[in-house]
Amino acid sequence: MNKIEVKNVDFFYGNFQALKNISLDIEANKVVAFIGPSGCGKSTFIRIFNRMNDLIPETRLKGSVKIDGVDIYQKGIDVDELRKNVGMVFQRPNPFPKSIFDNVAYGLRVNGLKDKHFICQKVEESLKGAALWEEVKDKLKESAFALSGGQQQRLCIARALAISPSILLMDEPASALDPISTAKIEELIWELKKTYTIVIVTHNMQQAARVSDKTAYFYLGEMIEYDDTKIIFTNPKKESTQNYITGRFG
Amino acid sequence: MKKFIEKIIQGLFTVSGFVTSIAILLIVLFLFTEGMGLFKNKLVEDGYQLVVNKQNDVSSLSAEQIKDIFDGEITNWNEIGGRNQEIILFRLNDISNYFTDEELGSELEFVPEKISELIAQHPEMIGFIPQQYIDNAFKGKVLEAGKIGFSDIFLGKEWIPTATPVSFYGILPLVTGTLWVSLVAILLALPFGLAAAIYLAEMANHKMRNILKPLIELLSGIPSVVYGFFGLIVIVPLVQKLFHLPVGETGLTGSIVLAIMALPTIITVSEDAMRNCPRSMREASLALGGSKWQTIYKIVIPYSISGITSAVVLGIGRAVGETMAVLMVTGNSAVIATSILQPLRTIPATIAAELGEAPDGGVHYQALFLLGIILFVITQIINSSVEYVSAKNKI
Ligand SMILES: Nc1ncnc2c1ncn2[C@@H]1O[C@H](COP(=O)(O)OP(=O)(O)O)[C@@H](O)[C@H]1O
Ligand SMILES: [Mg+2]
Repeated sequence: MNKIEVKNVDFFYGNFQALKNISLDIEANKVVAFIGPSGCGKSTFIRIFNRMNDLIPETRLKGSVKIDGVDIYQKGIDVDELRKNVGMVFQRPNPFPKSIFDNVAYGLRVNGLKDKHFICQKVEESLKGAALWEEVKDKLKESAFALSGGQQQRLCIARALAISPSILLMDEPASALDPISTAKIEELIWELKKTYTIVIVTHNMQQAARVSDKTAYFYLGEMIEYDDTKIIFTNPKKESTQNYITGRFG
Repeated sequence: MKKFIEKIIQGLFTVSGFVTSIAILLIVLFLFTEGMGLFKNKLVEDGYQLVVNKQNDVSSLSAEQIKDIFDGEITNWNEIGGRNQEIILFRLNDISNYFTDEELGSELEFVPEKISELIAQHPEMIGFIPQQYIDNAFKGKVLEAGKIGFSDIFLGKEWIPTATPVSFYGILPLVTGTLWVSLVAILLALPFGLAAAIYLAEMANHKMRNILKPLIELLSGIPSVVYGFFGLIVIVPLVQKLFHLPVGETGLTGSIVLAIMALPTIITVSEDAMRNCPRSMREASLALGGSKWQTIYKIVIPYSISGITSAVVLGIGRAVGETMAVLMVTGNSAVIATSILQPLRTIPATIAAELGEAPDGGVHYQALFLLGIILFVITQIINSSVEYVSAKNKI
């Protein structure tokens, strides 16, 4: 069974249709990259998987989105529970103005966990998972704002890992970072893919080519092509895709 | 040329900033010197003296004793360390009981002389007479009147500024009145204000907010007399009925009116602060499975705590310093209130009500200035403690 199954999804901001009849399946423990020019709907689409678009007033979704076989838009779905299963890392690092420790522990605490020992263990595990532990283990009590941009982004990844999701959504996680931090994040994605199903939006074609197993190309709210990353980048079937990846527009 | 203009602008800012700061300091200094002048004054009303017969053993009296004597509570000298003699009071307008108009002279030129005689004849008499009647030929004894002391003011339980021969400037009733009214007002206003702010910032939809917010902002522009009037015709009868009181003008009435007045400020300022919490913070919390409510109290409120603090400080400031509305609905009785359901009186209301009738530079006038200082100090203490608490809660 596929981890995620999207069928005939339309999405509207008020009267504006941002996504048009999109269907795709994502297998477990794969990395899928969404590429496409700015404004084509990548962020809108990735935010559908954890129902983040619910926060925006007057939005509407048609079609079905299933995770582990369950329609996440059906009545009676506990959205908070859904979001515990589907972690998200945003474009700009957005740590809370709290200590490093409290940032990672936040997700555990809002889930009602109180056991100090368990929380400590989980924080360490998550920071290790995000390849940040060695850099911060001596200053867990310090403010997260004292970290560099790249470290903050890895902290946000650690924060997402702490609640043990099975899917990780990343919306241009490296676009605000320097090349070295970017390389670290990409390495990390390779590691994480063993445990998580990862959906990543990226502006950077090489990045998509390097980290993903499959790539979906979006244009003006439509999914033009979805295939193995190798095929998309070497032998795309659509001309529009070809033009985009060769940098003729976008 | 551009450099030159920039220099001028910089200069202007420096000068105006400096002058403003100095002016503010001077105002505070002025307040303090005027208020502290109070302690240089004698207990007995300015320009008057208390006099007794030379043979009287008593040579000085405390403010309380003087008051009790003239109120008829103390009637015998032996109660205050003198001989066993009934006290006879003599005020200036009693003079016609002892002398005829002819004896006093057509221009009243013999009055000082006659008073002097009268005191000399009556060993049990105490007189309260103008200073200018006492000259070298005066045959009585002038009682030593002490200065107004710190304890008379700060521990004094009575505020009777226009009594003769001694006035009382005990600030305790006014301080307790102010604290009572403001404390209860803030206790009422804070939960409602914060709840409304949270509703507006986090829960109300666009349309609702666009209707409510301007309305609430409008409320903060209404002059306080209007709130006072509203309190007088709505809250006063309500409180009276609700608690079965003889009068509805109580501390609680003042608190309710103040709370209503402080609400718009508290709501708008803290709502603005909460709305300033970036969307990315909320999204981060929600994306981690935090519920809407958890996001509000674990992220949004701590994030906007300094704005909320300003709201609280502004609200308390308004409550502590508010004059007109409180004056109208609290019943204005300067006694120490032991319950919020009693009539009481606040510092600002006292200043407003009495400053007009207090002669310039007189004792009463200085006492009112001292009240101003006390108010200033109270507000400072409250502000600092609120800020201290919020600094501790800051994330
Ligand atoms: N909150 C919103 N309200 C209205 N329109 C939006 C909103 N967010 C995005 N859009 C529109 O939806 C389209 C897709 O946006 P987005 O998903 O952010 O694109 P991408 O992430 O690919 O750059 C754009 O045309 C954008 O203007
Ligand atoms: Mg985007």
